[in-house]
Amino acid sequence: MDLFFFSLFAFIALICAVNVVLQKHPISSALSLVGVMASLAVLYLLLGAEFVAMSQVIVYAGAVMVLFVFVIMLLNAGIEVHHGRSWMAKLLGFPAFLAILGLLCFFVQRGFPNVGSVRFGDWEGGGAQQVGYALFTEYLLPFEVTSVLILIAIIGAIVLARKELD
Amino acid sequence: MQNLWLIPALPFIGFLINGIFGRKLPKVAINAIAVLSVVLSFGLVVGVGLSSDWGTNPVHQHYFTWIKSGAFEVGWDFAVDKLTMIMLMIVTGIGSLIHIYATGYMAHEEGYYRFFAYLNLFMFFMLNLVLAANYLILFVGWEGVGLCSYLLIGFYFVKKSATTAGNKAFIVNRIGDFGFSLAMFLIVVSFGTLDFAKVFEAAPGKSVEVLTAIAMLMLLGATGKSAQIPLYVWLPDAMEGPTPVSALIHAATMVTAGVYMCSRSAAIFTHAPAAMELVAIIGLLTAVFAATIGMTQYDIKKVFAYSTVSQLGYMFLGVGVGAFSAGVWHLMTHAFFKALLFLGAGSVIHACHGEQDMRHMGGLRKYAPWTMGTLACASLAIAGFPFTSGFFSKDAILGAAFAHAPWMFWVGVITAGMTAFYVWRAFWMTFWGEYKGHGHPHESPWSMLGPLVVLAFLSIAGGFLFNVPKILESMFPIKEVEGEMTLTAISVTFGLLGIGISYYMYVVNTELPGKIANSLGGFYRLVYDKYRVDEAYDTAVVQPLVEGSTTVLWHGVDQGVIDGIVNGVGHQSKGIGGVLRRIQSGNIRSYATWVAVGAVALLIALGLGGGVR
Amino acid sequence: MDPLEMMKNGVPETFYLTLSAMLFAIGVAGFMIRRNIITVFMCIELMLNAVNLSFITFAHQHKQVSGHLFAFFVMVVAAAEAAVGLAIILTVFKNRSTLNIDEINTLKN
Repeated sequence: MDLFFFSLFAFIALICAVNVVLQKHPISSALSLVGVMASLAVLYLLLGAEFVAMSQVIVYAGAVMVLFVFVIMLLNAGIEVHHGRSWMAKLLGFPAFLAILGLLCFFVQRGFPNVGSVRFGDWEGGGAQQVGYALFTEYLLPFEVTSVLILIAIIGAIVLARKELD
Repeated sequence: MQNLWLIPALPFIGFLINGIFGRKLPKVAINAIAVLSVVLSFGLVVGVGLSSDWGTNPVHQHYFTWIKSGAFEVGWDFAVDKLTMIMLMIVTGIGSLIHIYATGYMAHEEGYYRFFAYLNLFMFFMLNLVLAANYLILFVGWEGVGLCSYLLIGFYFVKKSATTAGNKAFIVNRIGDFGFSLAMFLIVVSFGTLDFAKVFEAAPGKSVEVLTAIAMLMLLGATGKSAQIPLYVWLPDAMEGPTPVSALIHAATMVTAGVYMCSRSAAIFTHAPAAMELVAIIGLLTAVFAATIGMTQYDIKKVFAYSTVSQLGYMFLGVGVGAFSAGVWHLMTHAFFKALLFLGAGSVIHACHGEQDMRHMGGLRKYAPWTMGTLACASLAIAGFPFTSGFFSKDAILGAAFAHAPWMFWVGVITAGMTAFYVWRAFWMTFWGEYKGHGHPHESPWSMLGPLVVLAFLSIAGGFLFNVPKILESMFPIKEVEGEMTLTAISVTFGLLGIGISYYMYVVNTELPGKIANSLGGFYRLVYDKYRVDEAYDTAVVQPLVEGSTTVLWHGVDQGVIDGIVNGVGHQSKGIGGVLRRIQSGNIRSYATWVAVGAVALLIALGLGGGVR
Repeated sequence: MDPLEMMKNGVPETFYLTLSAMLFAIGVAGFMIRRNIITVFMCIELMLNAVNLSFITFAHQHKQVSGHLFAFFVMVVAAAEAAVGLAIILTVFKNRSTLNIDEINTLKN
């Protein structure tokens, strides 16, 4: 059963990811990205990371991607036209992609030969209680710092995007 | 008594004072300091002589250790033995006389204080050379007198010919010094020390090849310093310097350094017969060669310069045939009469207001009788007139030459005839006949005439006063020569013949020299042009060196290789930078691609480095 | 243990890691290929998600919750970054009226 769910959602994730890259209109790419995030959330669940899965759906898919869609709408971004050139990207892009893919897979195979397997529900350590506990004890400092980071981001975003006062 | 270091130190102090403060000192002060330092040195020498019984009891003083490297040690040592005593007396004695003469001669010259400063410096170095107890200190003095020679030859530095002559002297000497340095290295390698006493003690035990090599290299050095073939070419040009310089350095002291060095190293030379033979042949050859040139020259100083070269050849002949003490004796008498000849020439030049060409002189016996008288004494001495000092020393050499190889004797005797001829030719041309120049010649002041008189006395009586072979008997045993009276008679005859022929040609029948020169034509011109040796050296050595340096070293190595490398590095950096600049295209996508490529490279590097396990 | 054996017990973790690698590579490719700024940005988000998957997988492997927290913080930072980045894009669009990444090249030469 786990294998079936994994294959299904992994397949969906991959298709959507490829779609992100290959679609011409940005809005299609955005929707595909939402699909990727959703399937990833399911995969997180399979791995026992309940809290992260939920926050992925709520924050990532729910807030960040909505933001993307809003901006696409605001900017009236149309179908991509083929202007400009970068021969460097064409020349080295494809080999680089293949190289990264190949190398990562190779290292994964080489580096983790004796890992265990994942069954749904075989680990209870990812629940809200555990995450919350770690967040407020061991990782308190990053937590507080992150709040400052978000504050800065808010200020930055507002400053950058507001209308010029005439 | 034991303060040998004072002897060179006094002139050195004179050099310092005159050199640093001389510009502001009055002439009297400069005179006093310069002359007194040398005269006091002479006094000290006499004192040392008296206390050591004129070198019979050798004195050795060690001042400080200069080099100490493993087992090799060289100290600043002075030593006095009989040979040193003779040299010291000559250097300081004649040095004092010439210093006194120079106060009169240079009275109207620019740079008065500089002249005496250099002269004192020269005395310092020469005394170092003579007092040295090891080869390194001797070399210090050797180099130092070369330096002073350069400074003094180029004294009138506004004249291009003078500075060129100074350069020539220094450079040609350098070639000889190179040989001397190699000899010293060989000595260190073979003997392990440079100390005279130790080297001479160990010399008989070394192989003949080593000793011959050392001796030949020393000979190279001596030919440079003492103006023998092939390195004599600097001496005639050195006449650009003031006349007291010619007298002191190029007649009496510096040029004799080579002979002194060979005599001092007698222990090495006597065990290297091939080298001795070479010394004798070079000496003889030089004597003849220079004498022939001297017969044709018109500049009075050039005549005496070639005469010096020729007489030095005699000294080397003496050393080469084993008669070291005869060579040293001739060194001493030559110092007397050659210094006198030069100083007298200076007096003549002074009388004629700077004229040096003998064709514009003549009839000076009316105007400068004292000069004439003293110069006559010198000319008699150099011609070997019986019982003058030159007669004794020259006959000692010729006798020893006969004992060694008769043909050397005959060549030497003919050269003696030529010597007499050219010296008296100069005498007649200068003092007889009618005055052919402009202006009014006059006698020189007593500051100049005084030393002339003293030297004239020594030239005549020096042979009786100082019987050098007898003095040096303990160092160089006297060898009896068979048929000595006959040999003496033959050489005296040749000398008188030379005087007579010159009298005939330049007083009685003054047309004859011109006719002979014309009939000899090309050969005469060759001899007059000093056999064009300078031109030959120029084409064979100097020009190729200059050409080679310019094309190979300057254009090729310096500009091409070194500048090429340095500029090339800059060029290459620019080129590489130009290529690398293309990455900064301003295109974000290409940046992204480069990031990806970099990431790939990092992954590979990590993987290869075993970062993933 | 070979993968077939493991699959009877569940999904081997290497599968998750391989999936993460593939998603990441696709993100890189898109990042290099696409011309629209916003799409490029989305590919960056894709890469970040791939890395999150890796973190969670490792957390499962070591049975520690730290991986979850890493992923959580990545998410937070990604959100902040998205906000600011999109604001910048808005400003760029205001100045240049184009969303074509090739035409934003004033750094050239």
